[in-house]
Amino acid sequence: MIELSDVRKVFNVGRPNEFVAVRGISLSIEAGKATFLTGPSGSGKTTLLALIGCMARPTSGRIWLQGRETTSLPERFLTDLRRRTFGFIFQQLNLIRGLSSLENAMLPAYPTGEARRSIRKRAVELFEMFGLTPKIHARAEWLSGGEAQRLTIVRALMNDPSVIIADEPTAHLDTALTLDFLDVLGRLKREGRTILVAGHDPLVSESPVVDRVVSLRDGMIEGGGG
Amino acid sequence: MILDPAILALSAGSVLTCFMVLYSGAFSAGILRRWDIGSGSEGQLVLERKTYLVSTLLAYAFGFEILSFFLFIHTAGRISGLFAGAMCAAGSLNVNPFGYPTLIVKLANVLAAGVWLILNHIDGRAEDYPLIKPKYRFLLGLVPLVVAEAVLQTAYFLRLDPDIITSCCATLFSSGSSALPLGTLWEWRLPLGLAFYAVSGAAIGSGLFFSIKGRGGGLFSILSVSAFAVSAVSVFGFISTFIYELPTHHCPFCILKKEYGYIGYPLYASLLGGVILGAAVGLLGRYRKRGSLTVILPPFLRRAALVSACLYAIFLLLSTLKIVLSNLKIGGY
Amino acid sequence: MSRWIERQRNILDLTLSSLLRRKRKNSALFAAYTLVVFLLASVMFMSQALKREAAAILAGSPEMIVQKISAGRHDLIAADAAARLGELPGVQEARPRLWGYYYDPVTGANFTLVSSGEAGLAPGRIAVGEGVSRMRLASVGDSIEFKAHDGSLLELEVGEILSRGSALVSSDLVLVTEADFRRLFGTPAGLATDIVLRVRNARELPTIALKAAEIFPETRQVLRDDLLRTYQAVFDWRGGLLVIILGGGLLAFVIFAWDKATGLSAEARREIGILKAVGWETSDVILMKSWEGMAVSLTAFLGGVLLAYAHVFLTSGILFEPVLKGWAVLYPSFRLVPFIDFSQLASLFLLTVLPYTVATVIPTWRAATVDPDQVMR
Repeated sequence: MIELSDVRKVFNVGRPNEFVAVRGISLSIEAGKATFLTGPSGSGKTTLLALIGCMARPTSGRIWLQGRETTSLPERFLTDLRRRTFGFIFQQLNLIRGLSSLENAMLPAYPTGEARRSIRKRAVELFEMFGLTPKIHARAEWLSGGEAQRLTIVRALMNDPSVIIADEPTAHLDTALTLDFLDVLGRLKREGRTILVAGHDPLVSESPVVDRVVSLRDGMIEGGGG
Repeated sequence: MILDPAILALSAGSVLTCFMVLYSGAFSAGILRRWDIGSGSEGQLVLERKTYLVSTLLAYAFGFEILSFFLFIHTAGRISGLFAGAMCAAGSLNVNPFGYPTLIVKLANVLAAGVWLILNHIDGRAEDYPLIKPKYRFLLGLVPLVVAEAVLQTAYFLRLDPDIITSCCATLFSSGSSALPLGTLWEWRLPLGLAFYAVSGAAIGSGLFFSIKGRGGGLFSILSVSAFAVSAVSVFGFISTFIYELPTHHCPFCILKKEYGYIGYPLYASLLGGVILGAAVGLLGRYRKRGSLTVILPPFLRRAALVSACLYAIFLLLSTLKIVLSNLKIGGY
Repeated sequence: MSRWIERQRNILDLTLSSLLRRKRKNSALFAAYTLVVFLLASVMFMSQALKREAAAILAGSPEMIVQKISAGRHDLIAADAAARLGELPGVQEARPRLWGYYYDPVTGANFTLVSSGEAGLAPGRIAVGEGVSRMRLASVGDSIEFKAHDGSLLELEVGEILSRGSALVSSDLVLVTEADFRRLFGTPAGLATDIVLRVRNARELPTIALKAAEIFPETRQVLRDDLLRTYQAVFDWRGGLLVIILGGGLLAFVIFAWDKATGLSAEARREIGILKAVGWETSDVILMKSWEGMAVSLTAFLGGVLLAYAHVFLTSGILFEPVLKGWAVLYPSFRLVPFIDFSQLASLFLLTVLPYTVATVIPTWRAATVDPDQVMR
């Protein structure tokens, strides 16, 4: 479903602090499966996620999404594609303070021109599904760690994406919450979505939910490509 | 120079607009040379980012153009009281040789600005920037016009001197005036009226046809531009006389005054709207087969033609009403 | 079409909630904005209202005034010239007028004395404007002492105080009988200050003026329209001058706005990053920021205009009175007639909202084009 061919990403090209985050990665991500990217910090996991999720462009190399090449698409096109295809769960949660949980969740759907009522309905259903209904109008900064985590999952699901990308999602969670999270991932997988997770957590990498583990080091895949 | 707030506002605004358009024009040159949608390179990304800035700047600049056109005419009408001999905008515009040229260039810019904004809107709805090059070529052509307008308008305002005696529209636009051969316009009212109704009717009809059937867009565009020309001459030639109920009063500016119910504004606004949309339909029709436009363009063009036809119909209706309800009869008093 | 509307609505919703959340940070800008609109609007409303007052008042004055000029200065004219002028075709009425200025050493003010041809004044009685009455603390029944041309004192009783409504013209006016006037100023009988003509058809004025100049070559003809134009020009000029001075303040405000827009807080930057990360395009962010600017602009504009309206029409524009109305000892205290038109509001809009919007375009764009993957680091 997602193909990477000799992808390179260099930051600050031509300047003294030039830094190569990803050097020549070729990878194939299967649809409907959960892939786990692991490796020490600085190995390029986050950058790779950003590249796959159409958030950044590679310096060289090509990326195909469901057979369509995304590397040279104009930004406008790319953003629309990203909005429809990917749902992101960030390491730092990235919720907007001062807004209610409901509003935070509805944000990704605002620019699509969908009627507010239908966006709200969907959000409320998702809140229900994840047990967040009592916190609908609570301000985002008042939520507990686990609740906030679930809120970001709801937000990621708002546009019904076919791929979920999560960057170190369990870094601040205890074991119980991590297992809850893995349950959610399993459920999403059963719904037919593709899952991509990056992190260090052995609880995740050794979980039966994860179908494949890819190790990264210094911007390359350990043990050759895939 | 007359330090009227409206004049200061118009002058300041036109200087700002000039800068915005010049900056955008410089950018267009870059776009036309280096734009390559398929490259995905760093340079291309920067260009794409910059188009957002230029689009926003120009949206404001051209919005201002359209507003300033009406404000300019309104102001000219208002300051006519300061000039001996002037009773409406016709007189104030005649005070120095820059008045009428300013008006004409402003009119041209309003039409061009309207069409460009429509082009920009369509380009924005398509993801693959199909109209980027035509759009910026058009813009480059507009730059000298906008600069000319700012220069002419400033010259006009600077040379406004209340000591100058100017002519009233009655002398400018009446029979026997050396300025315009209107001596026999009243006598030509029947053929002119016929032409007016024929061309307007054809334009409205073809617009409706195109909006329903989707064919004949080019014909509609040509007809709508012709209808604009004929209608403009008609306002001048006979519609105004019925509004004033005076066969010798042809002034196109007095109908904007309070005494006549400000009827001039809806009349001119509907004409301008109609011709901008009509011209846009013709211009955009050429790009029907380009990229994602094959999907986006046809429904938009049909709706635009419908609105344009309605606007011309409004103009037709209003003028006819004024003619029928006037105390001046077609056969004279 | 409805998609476009929904998109605007949703984005507008977020805009308003962000603005309300950052009330304190935006309050200085908002206050400055409202102040700028208030000042400009006050100047415009006031000069426009004064122009209309002047026009309304002059509407009642005679179409033409004939004055004798001697050695370049205004001189007394023979009163019977009126009969001769009245015979000119197109002249409805020609009447000699007696009027002059009286310097009152007690108050330091100048009164305008007019000999009123109309009945209603008994000898020894005068009608005074409310400014005169105020300055000399004289109400009906009191007497005012005038110093005549020969040094003697003339006591005149106040029979009437002219209505407040006419204050703009009559504030410093004193109406006297012809006899008292000549007694006071020593103007010989048979001479008048000038001759006024009433002409019905405005188109005939130039012809009549020419003929009057032919018959009486030593006179000048002052047309009412010229007077009107002069007043309009003066108010315009004064108003315009104030606007230019305020332009400095406007510039300062625009720079302030630009600076504020460029220095986006870390919080605001983070928010934009989040929006882009969850799928907002650059154009969506620009739209949101534009709506923010619009919301601030429209509120400040409305607030400034309302305050200016109250200032000019409820308190007679106390802040700008000295510049716009002119320097004098006698101020007529009068209420300006409220008048606002589209042209004023449009000019105001262009002078305030447009510069603010243009100043914030580039910083807005820069903030909106941030890379979405920043947020992931």
